[in-house]
Amino acid sequence: MADQKHLNVTLDTQVESVNLAEEMCLRVAEAAGFDEDDCYRIGMSVREGVINAFHYGNQERPEKKIYLAVDLTADKMVIHVLDEGKGFKLEDVPNPLAEENLLSTSGRGIFLMRSFMDEFDVVHGRTGGAEIIMSKKLPGADNHSSNDKGGQSAASQQA
Amino acid sequence: MALLQATYREAGIVTVLDLSGRITLGEGSALLRTTIRELLEQQRLKVLVNLGDINYIDSSGIGELVSAYTTVKNRGGELKLLHLTKKVHDLLQITKLYTVFEVHSDEPTAVRSFSTPTA
Repeated sequence: MADQKHLNVTLDTQVESVNLAEEMCLRVAEAAGFDEDDCYRIGMSVREGVINAFHYGNQERPEKKIYLAVDLTADKMVIHVLDEGKGFKLEDVPNPLAEENLLSTSGRGIFLMRSFMDEFDVVHGRTGGAEIIMSKKLPGADNHSSNDKGGQSAASQQA
Repeated sequence: MALLQATYREAGIVTVLDLSGRITLGEGSALLRTTIRELLEQQRLKVLVNLGDINYIDSSGIGELVSAYTTVKNRGGELKLLHLTKKVHDLLQITKLYTVFEVHSDEPTAVRSFSTPTA
């Protein structure tokens, strides 16, 4: 575990932060050896996490910040996106695949992150806002970690 | 990151909207919205959206495509999709929107699939 790497970035609540966060995490993912498909999934998940913080968490209020953290451990890339909103519970998020929500124009971000990452959870962050924690197993890492689409807790494995 | 570009052309009774780049939060989604509004103002109610050069769509872009679909449909028109890249195809599949949109891989066939106005 001596090879851990950590990146912390504080982002403004603005649309440009979404692209910036995606680009930064893509570079980390590429350097960590993820293939093109996994880089796409990681980039999209980071994008959706920051969109969530920008729009739902911080309500697009420019005085609020978004905190992005990336950890490269021995076996996975872990991404944290923390906002300064009021937080939310995963169970309160409507299922975008339900017939009545299919034509909704929003509400697919959480679903995409859950689909694209190996682990996904939302916890109450230190700011009082929502902290999205998601991870993807590094290429070549042991095949023991789950590929659960149902949102297993990454947080509990971070402690 | 390539911004969205949108141009449209006539193919019989159908307007083909050629999109290229990314449909994402911000300018991409906004351009798609204003272009659809423009088409509707011109009474172009049969819209074939060519996504062949779209390499990336995020949840905001998906939402904008759904919005375009319902807006055109509510005006009595039709909106269909053409030439999905693998990434866009997969995205529509996992979000179940593949069951909502009519998707084509051949432009002449897609154009013919639109209903012709009765005299």
